[in-house]
Amino acid sequence: MSPLVSIEGLSVAFNGVPVLRGVDLALGKGEALGLVGESGSGKSVTWLAALGLLPRHAKISGSVRLDGRELLGAPAAELDRVRGGRVAMIFQDPASALNPVLTIRKQLCEALALHRDLQGETVKAEAKRLLDLVGIPDAARRLEAYPHEFSGGQVQRIMIAMALAGNPDLLIADEPTTALDATIQAQILELLSTIRREMSMAMVLISHDLGVVAENCDRVAVMYAGRIVEQAPSNQLFADPLHPYAQGLIGALPPLDGPRRRLTAIPGTVPDPAHMPTGCAFAPRCTLATDPCGLAAPTLAPIANDRTVACIRADASRRALLGIAAE
Amino acid sequence: MGRYFAIRIGRAALTIVLVVTFAFVVLRLSGDPALMILGPEAPPEVIAAFRKAWGLDDPIWFQYLDYFSAIAKGELGRSMRDGRPAIELVLERIPATLALTLPAFFFKVALGVPAGIYAALHRGSGIDRAVMMTAVAGFTVPSFVLALLLVLVFAVQLGWLPSGGQDSWRHAILPITTLSLGGAAVLARFTRSAMLEVLGQPYIRTASAKGVPWRKVVTSHALPNAAIPTVTILGFMVGTLIAGAVVVESVFAWPGVGRLLVVAVANRDLAVVQCILLLVAMTMVTSNLVVDFLYGFLDPRLRAKGAHA
Repeated sequence: MSPLVSIEGLSVAFNGVPVLRGVDLALGKGEALGLVGESGSGKSVTWLAALGLLPRHAKISGSVRLDGRELLGAPAAELDRVRGGRVAMIFQDPASALNPVLTIRKQLCEALALHRDLQGETVKAEAKRLLDLVGIPDAARRLEAYPHEFSGGQVQRIMIAMALAGNPDLLIADEPTTALDATIQAQILELLSTIRREMSMAMVLISHDLGVVAENCDRVAVMYAGRIVEQAPSNQLFADPLHPYAQGLIGALPPLDGPRRRLTAIPGTVPDPAHMPTGCAFAPRCTLATDPCGLAAPTLAPIANDRTVACIRADASRRALLGIAAE
Repeated sequence: MGRYFAIRIGRAALTIVLVVTFAFVVLRLSGDPALMILGPEAPPEVIAAFRKAWGLDDPIWFQYLDYFSAIAKGELGRSMRDGRPAIELVLERIPATLALTLPAFFFKVALGVPAGIYAALHRGSGIDRAVMMTAVAGFTVPSFVLALLLVLVFAVQLGWLPSGGQDSWRHAILPITTLSLGGAAVLARFTRSAMLEVLGQPYIRTASAKGVPWRKVVTSHALPNAAIPTVTILGFMVGTLIAGAVVVESVFAWPGVGRLLVVAVANRDLAVVQCILLLVAMTMVTSNLVVDFLYGFLDPRLRAKGAHA
């Protein structure tokens, strides 16, 4: 099956400082992919770059294909049809993501008018249907309200309604629940996964919250310092992380069941993008690093069925993990 | 909503009273109108008679109360020079001033706003830098320097335009240009930074992410938001329509309110100065009120706050 989106060697630099250093990623139709990593690891930049949403001074290279059509360097009119029409995106801070001086109806109907062949009253009816769908009560009246008249969770629901306006094949949710409190967070995630099932839409869930990703995604890609370091089906990654960084992330989570154990922190800090170490970017913080780790950046290589990892010490890392488990 | 505007209007009235009071006190403390108008050579009995006639011998608080009770009756006093009602003197100068400031206001907006928007949209480009350098030059050079420079080039060197007076429309070109350039520069910078601020907002990215073509992102998403801070400076400029040309009118010998003010201050022609200041304060305050109303119209968030206040 050909992938819906395939990203190859995607690199981005701001003012000569590389922030994305060759990302390879493929996404199937209807698949839910989680993208995890610390802030600054390039999770959002990957998709902003793919959709041409980065500022003009960003230098982008590589390839992003949607159904085989190259998006990088595509004409503006074609990108405008893709954005919102085939690939929709919702963002972290719902409060500032909607235009404060336009009514919800204007902002929703704008998306509908752009991507759907709807006229006059049907546009408004569809806008109302979308608000109903995402669970905004009293939708017909609330269409005339402004963004500041809604709560954060409601605005995120409206963002989702707006994203659905173009019947997209892929929804990119960039930290959709980070700015919301825990109960609202669960409701929004529930809404996203229901909608995804009903519309058989693919989704990329960008998050630094491993729990959120584990519950909502089929597959997970872990990013570190502008690269993908490990990709695996969700259950396998959480049960058996191979890259020492992925292990570190999961080791830093408190287990909900089983015996209590000491949480392990990853020593050191993320390298400055302007002064990347040669070789593996994680090596300076890695307890398993050996001399060869500092020589060349490891490439993402298949290690098992459906799994890839960018680490020359993956085998040692797996043994170390089993060692911990045996303790 | 009513309470909100009642407070605004009350505050506006207070501002006017303060301005007028300040002018009243400072003018009376800073020079003697009798000496200014009659000259230092005048016989003492003439000066004494003049003082008595204009009530200058009364204590200042008495004069002040007198002045306000006259205002309450709609009387703004008479010129000490020729005895004509001050308001008449001022009103007959207003058309001449508006003949400069209204076209200048139009050119400021027509030049400054598009230049600022263009510079913001092409941030970092050669044109952006050129616009901003011109803008900085435009508002750091004082208007009298710019006026003299224009006179030097277009009147003295090239001989294309007259250097002063009010005989034909050609006489208005240099003063209007002087006024327009400075204002356009301020507006260009202001509009540019307002636009840049708005273009960096997440909702602009949202609009692009839903497939709105860039041109429409700018016109229907960015501009309505950038208009909110820009209206402030426009309101300020409307407020200066009456007395914003004091320096320029003096340099170009243009018989407007500004020149009247300069002459009246020099002569300590109290009623005339106070009348002009009252008028200026009122236009300023009115334009500020209009700006407040406009905010409510442009920004639904403020509308809501106003309704609750």
